[in-house]
Formats: sequence, C-alpha cells, structure tokens
Amino acid sequence: MLKEASIRQPLILGHKTYHDITNDIVGPIEGPAPRQWKIALSIAAVIALYGIGCISYLVATGIGAWGLNKTVGWAWDITNFVWWVGIGHAGTLISAVLLLFRQRWRMAINRSAEAMTIFAVMMAAVFPVFHMGRVWQAYWTLPLPNQFGSLWPNFNSALMWDVFAISTYFSVSLVFWYIGLIPDFATIRDRMVKPGMKRFYSILSFGWSGRAKNWTRFEEVSLVLAGIATPLVFSVHSIVSMDFATSVVPGWHTTIFPPYFVSGAIFSGFAMVLTLLLIMRKTMRLEAYIHVRHVEYMNIVIIVTGSIVGVAYLTELFISWYSGVEYEAYAFINRFSGPYSWSYWMMMTCNVISPQLFWFKKIRTNLAATFVLSIVVNIGMWFERFVIIVTSIHRDYVPGAWGEFHPSGIDVGMFVGTIGIFFTLFLLFARYFPVLALNELKTILKVSGESYKKEAEKH
Amino acid sequence: MANKVFHVMYDDDQKLMDAARALVAKGIRVKDVFSPFPVHGLDPVIGVKRTRLAIASFMYATTGTILAIFGTWYFMIHDWPMNIGGKPSFSWIENAPAFVPVIFEFSVFCGAHGMALTYFLRNGTLPGMPASNPDPRTTDDKFVMEIVTDQNGSMSAAEIEELIKGTDVYELSIKEY
Repeated sequence: MLKEASIRQPLILGHKTYHDITNDIVGPIEGPAPRQWKIALSIAAVIALYGIGCISYLVATGIGAWGLNKTVGWAWDITNFVWWVGIGHAGTLISAVLLLFRQRWRMAINRSAEAMTIFAVMMAAVFPVFHMGRVWQAYWTLPLPNQFGSLWPNFNSALMWDVFAISTYFSVSLVFWYIGLIPDFATIRDRMVKPGMKRFYSILSFGWSGRAKNWTRFEEVSLVLAGIATPLVFSVHSIVSMDFATSVVPGWHTTIFPPYFVSGAIFSGFAMVLTLLLIMRKTMRLEAYIHVRHVEYMNIVIIVTGSIVGVAYLTELFISWYSGVEYEAYAFINRFSGPYSWSYWMMMTCNVISPQLFWFKKIRTNLAATFVLSIVVNIGMWFERFVIIVTSIHRDYVPGAWGEFHPSGIDVGMFVGTIGIFFTLFLLFARYFPVLALNELKTILKVSGESYKKEAEKH
Repeated sequence: MANKVFHVMYDDDQKLMDAARALVAKGIRVKDVFSPFPVHGLDPVIGVKRTRLAIASFMYATTGTILAIFGTWYFMIHDWPMNIGGKPSFSWIENAPAFVPVIFEFSVFCGAHGMALTYFLRNGTLPGMPASNPDPRTTDDKFVMEIVTDQNGSMSAAEIEELIKGTDVYELSIKEY
C-alpha cells in the first residue's frame, strides 16, 4: 500500500473510519435544516430577488438604465463580468490542475470550489448577455443558418471567442463536477429512509452501483477531463483578456494581458474559495477535513499569484513609459493621478500589499486573518477590473470626448443582486449536495489520515 | 444444479484485495466488485481491462477540430466573406490565427462532452436508471465481491464456498438464480 512521508502533515485529522466520513458529510443533509442556514438563505434570496427585479427593469427599459455613456461604454457591467469569471477560475484549477499534480489536499475542497465556479460563471454570463440589450436575440451569437443574408457571427472578434470560451468552460466544468457527484449521490441514496428523498437522490445518482469497471472508467474520465480542462482554464481568461488586448485603446492594448489576467483570476478565485470554505467548515463542522494545512496551501497559492499580479502592474507601468507612446504613458499617469486614482490605489493596496502579509507563517495559518484578507483580495480584484476598464476609456485620444462614469442604481442593484443569487445557489448546494467529495476522500484516508499515519510510523 | 451467486462482503479494502488475490490464485473467477471508492490495484487482479475512453475522447476532440476548421472556412471565407478591419477574408490560412481560439474551444467542447456521454452510456448511468449494487452498504464502507457458479464450471458451489470462507469475510450471502 502507498505510504506517505511522515514529515507531511495529515490531511484528515483525528481517527476516522470510512463510515465516519459518510456520516460527517451525509449527516447534515439528512437532518433538519439549521436555523442559521434558513436565515442566511432568506437574506440571500431577498437580495437575489432585488437583483432579478433590477434585471427585469433593465430589460424593459434598455441598457440606458445603466450609468454608461458615449465615452464610457463599458463600466460596471464588464467589470462585474470579468470579476465573476475570474472567481470562477479556482474551481477547475483545484480539480483539474491539482489532480494532474496529484495534490491530495484538493479532495477536501474541490467539490465546493467547483460548485462555486459554476455559480460564478453563471453570474458572469448575466452581464454580457444583458449588455446585448435585446437579450431575446442572444442566440444570434451562434452560427445558425439565418435569413439575414446569410450573416454569420464574426469569428475574428475576441467577443465571439468569448462566447465559445465561456460556454465551453461552463459546460465542461458542469459535467466534470457532476461526474464526480454521481457516486456521492449514490451514497446518499443508499442511506436515505424517506421515500421522497430517496427517489430524488436516486434520480440524481443515475443508478450508480460502484462496479469495478465503473470505477476504472470514472478514474480515466476524471484524468482525461482534468487534462483537457487544464488548458481550458488558461485559455478562458486569456480570451477574456483579449476582449481588451485586441483593441487599440491605450491601457488595454498590451501583450501582457493574458498571463496577467490568468494569474489574477486564480488569485481572486482562491480568495473566494477561502471566504466560502472558512464559513462552511465552521457551520457544517468540517474542521477535521478542511483545516489549517489546507488554508495554508491556498494562502501560498495566493502569495504566488498575487505577486505575479503585482509584477504585472509594475511592468505595465514601466512599459507605458519605456514604449515612448505618449497616449499609453498618459493612460497610466491618469490611472494613478487622475479622477479615478482612488480606485487605482485601492487596487494596489488590496492586491499587491495585503497578500504579502501571507509571507508570515503566523498570518497565513491564522484563520481569522485569512478570512479578512480573502475579502480584501476580492475587493481589490473588483477594483482592478474597474481600473483597467473605466480609466482606460474615460479619457482617450480626443479630449473633447472625455467623460466620467457614475453608476446608476440599476448598476449597483444588478451587481449586488448577482451576489445574492450566487449565495442563494451556494447555500442550496451546501444543504442538499455532498459538500466534500466523500468517496474520493476515502481513498486518501489511509494515506493521509492522522491516526493511520501515526499507526504507520510505529512500524 | 441451479446457478448460485455469492456476494462476499469485506469491511476493508485491504482485506478485499488480499481475498481477491488469494481466490484468483486458486482459480476462481471474480465476476465483479462493488466498492464505495476506486480500490487501486484491484483491476489487474480480477481481470478488468483498461478502458478505451481516452481514445474515444481523442477522436471526439479531433472531430471537433475538423468541424471548427470547416466551420470557420465556410462562414468567414466561403459563404459570406466580410472585410473586418482589413483582416484577410479571402484565404483561410492567412486568417487562421484569429480562428485558433474558437478551434481550440470547440475541440475541447467535443472531446469533453463526447467522452462524458460515452461514459454515461457505457456505464449504464443515466437519469432514472435503477441501481444494481447488491447491498446499500457498498456505497458507504463495505466492499462486495460477486462470484457466480457458472463462470467457475470446474468447481462445485461447496468448493467455492469453502475457499471463500478461507478469506477474511465480513458477511456472505448465497443466492440461487
């Protein structure tokens, strides 16, 4: 049997048996809904409904209801889009890239991180789709035979690449997540006593029986999906960055964008995973499975990606001067000293300075500090997108066309609303779905479980 | 003589592995194993062949690549060429760099979904399908080995039972079918 070096800290604390893992994960699903959950769900649902109200108003009125104007044609909407897509990068990174690197600690967090990814990408899609204005014609982005000439979508356009990238990413992540969920649904199905619930999980589990051949296929499919999802993760945010980089707007037209956006996405994604997991482990009593070690690993990823982002900011700044292009130089001078300089400094503080605190072991192993910093990073990453988008276009080549952007109530309502919808979905997930990949966790129990490791050391 | 099916339950994956090795060494054919999680190293012992799903996925992805290349040529070059910012609309190969993202994404799309569908169909796991594990505990912490008499023609049911009892069995159920 595989043995892990004793120097590695255990991933599952205490003495657990296979049955304990099932009990710990499935138990909360069987029991009545806790009060806290009901309160949290009600709050999230109210915010979600407000967001849906704002969206309905926007569709009925037209996107003039947003604060956009002739100069600033992209602002909160695309900022929110990029922010949500970025957050949506951690899940598939954790489940795919870390699977390829055989990181066992991913098993405790991959399920909820993937759920978060799927919900975040759904929220991201809201913004470009409603930005189309006539949302009922969204299907025009697909190359369907039509009566307009025949007019096909423009495959030269980065916006068109985005349609393909986001839809592929969303659907592949969804399938990857669901294939992993099926055996766990089967576990719940076989435990449920209430006939209604049994039926519900029976349908969800697709009749999974756990035969040896099924498991061979399961592992092969997971590995191959991880293999093809890995370049997908990198391609999606690269393509999102090309929405900007392929334009001729000073401040957008840079080749550094794809790697810079990808590391920013992983940075913000891990921050959101931490925010959610730190609450979830506490409320659902998963401390034995998600503990300081997992948090520390994620914080290390945050230091690395946060530092890449920091280097990218400085490179961008340097190149704007070194290139000798005065428009480019002005775009950056305007960023840090113009009317939106507050957002630039906000971004610099939150994204470059604050994650460096994780170099201290005391801070990166402190759960409260991690929780606060993860929220700080999320705020910083929202401002990063705001800075890139708004400060670059609000003052371009012709000073006569300069303007400023002020968000309308609908802008704010839609953004806050998507946060509400996101949390509603995540809370429903946490209540009815197995929040940890419980059957995969059983495969690492004897290798990385605390009591088993101690037992192995004696021999 | 009626055919018999033995459902041998073990409470640990290591016990299951040891038992499978011992029984196979004595010439018993194990029909199937039901386990809550993949037991690594079991497949070669009980004679489960490696799946060809990865090859299928490669073929689906290649189909996607070809379709995307054909599509971009048909939409952008052949059927309705448009001058967009002076990009070459008369030659696919000259315009190809702009099509790389879409070709890549569509290849991944076809490779992933084609493989996932094949996986569901080959496994027989589809919405509403009934489960066929012999005991509900096999999705929790128990491991069941299925042995049938008609796959072990050279031995009598009593002989098989004797050999099974020699392993670290947790529960044994014998049924006629």
